[in-house]
Amino acid sequence: MSNVLVVAEISHKALKNATFTAVTFAREAAQRTGGQVHGLAIGQGVADAAREFATYVPTVHLAESDQLAQPTAEAYAQAIVAAAKAANASVVVMAATFQGKDIMPRAAALLGAGMASDVSGFAGPDGFLIRRAIQAGNVIATVDIKTATKVVTTRPTEFAPAAKLAAAGNVAPLAVTLTELKTRYVSFEEVKSTRPELTDARVVVSGGRGLKEGANYAKIIEPLADKLGAAVGASRAIVDAGWVPNDMQVGQTGKVVAPDLYIAVGISGAIQHVAGMKGSKTIVAINKDAEAPIFQIADYGLVADLFKVVPELTSKL
Amino acid sequence: MKILCTTKRVTDYERKVKISPDGSSLVTEGMNFVANPFDEIAIEEALRLVKAHGGEVVVVSMGAKEAEQQIRQGLAMGADRGILVTSEALDSDAVARTLVKLIEKEKPDIVLMGKQATDDDANQAGQLLAGYLGWPQATFASKHEGLDSAEEKAGKPGVAFAGGKAQVVREVDGGMETLEVTLPAVITTDLRLNQPRFPSLPGIMKAKKKPMETIAIATLGIDVAAKVKMVKYTEPPARKAGVKVDSVDTLISKLKTEAKVI
Repeated sequence: MSNVLVVAEISHKALKNATFTAVTFAREAAQRTGGQVHGLAIGQGVADAAREFATYVPTVHLAESDQLAQPTAEAYAQAIVAAAKAANASVVVMAATFQGKDIMPRAAALLGAGMASDVSGFAGPDGFLIRRAIQAGNVIATVDIKTATKVVTTRPTEFAPAAKLAAAGNVAPLAVTLTELKTRYVSFEEVKSTRPELTDARVVVSGGRGLKEGANYAKIIEPLADKLGAAVGASRAIVDAGWVPNDMQVGQTGKVVAPDLYIAVGISGAIQHVAGMKGSKTIVAINKDAEAPIFQIADYGLVADLFKVVPELTSKL
Repeated sequence: MKILCTTKRVTDYERKVKISPDGSSLVTEGMNFVANPFDEIAIEEALRLVKAHGGEVVVVSMGAKEAEQQIRQGLAMGADRGILVTSEALDSDAVARTLVKLIEKEKPDIVLMGKQATDDDANQAGQLLAGYLGWPQATFASKHEGLDSAEEKAGKPGVAFAGGKAQVVREVDGGMETLEVTLPAVITTDLRLNQPRFPSLPGIMKAKKKPMETIAIATLGIDVAAKVKMVKYTEPPARKAGVKVDSVDTLISKLKTEAKVI
């Protein structure tokens, strides 16, 4: 059968926005396979999230148990396999979030499926050739998944969030028999923020090593971000230095963002950083080094001392 | 403790690779090749673990015979043995299934691999391997202590091992989580797990004499046909050239009236 199963990302018992971008891909995939879109919600006490998910996909399979309370790949991959079977799915999709990247390849192995990671979309008006970025986004590869069952993780910035269905679908419980787990979820140290999420925000302000010391992040970047209602990001260098938490890293191996406006402050523009933000609609670079590679990608470049111009920018906005 | 590490021969990630005129391949002629930096982090972690707990580190690579250079680099860092599986280019799934065959023979306690390779950015092989083996996995391993911490300078492993289990701190969305996995397990490494050592000159000399096994992939009896086939390569859409602005006022004006983003 040729149905498409899309796996929701649920955090704190609510759907994460990345889920809706995966639904967009899933709907197009279903058109190409001639099948239906099914959803999968995994967790414990996530019935509300499943019901919300059912306003986006006509059938949601809900896999709940104590062993699924925390997202471990070992348990979640098994739930995905069970759901793919229940949904008669030949395509299994999830957003390429940290969770999606962790669990989907394991599910692919269990399904005997070829997998395309972090894809940007389909190539061509029909068929199932898929485009994905490789070489830190400097090359677009068109790939053909040769197996009957295909697993795909989708790059959230490449797809508009899906609109709700005209009529809500239904939620069906899915019984999953799990093996005894060899993974134990010990703890989660969450970094809480009142700012918009980096991957969802319309505006992102990012800081780099040009800030000279950690204390300057709060002094220079945050007021500008607050003025713009922006999310805050960082280059690898300052995350490595411990100035900001790891999940603020924008880049090839951190988060890929594509806001309407990306302001890079004191960031040189290494290939790996650029890979994470070159999809932004408008890029502004502020750096005192006129030769910094970031200026090659910036729409507007301001060669100046950031300690002078960023506060000026903040006050004049 | 026996730890099996992978090292992938990749084109220098600081250089942009060119696409052949017909889009059928990437031009690697004249390119510099290096070890995938994430795999170097994995080898470094393995060396720290066996220093702390005793044991052996085996470094594996697959592909062109030139990949032996990357294995030797791992041996120069301090690993004990190398295994080179010669083959054509393999997709992530074939890599995982090849590793399964090697693991059947080597029986490591831990497989430590880079989370992704900087050339294809697939981020699949470790997870596929764990799935095929039925082993627990801990991906994107990192640690709380920074790379300039005393622990890092002392060469302490980030992965904690005790009583047949490993505790791994992982970088995830929204923070860091800690998982405990019962060995044997697959662990993939992220950027901030450690700072890999540079091979010393004595290390490089010793590496030349360390055992290196070469296996032709055909002898392993696996189907190497790609599950994910590369069809063609193209350049991403080019951005319009940008401009330099000379003042904050000009910048604000352009963002408002030209770019219309504020």
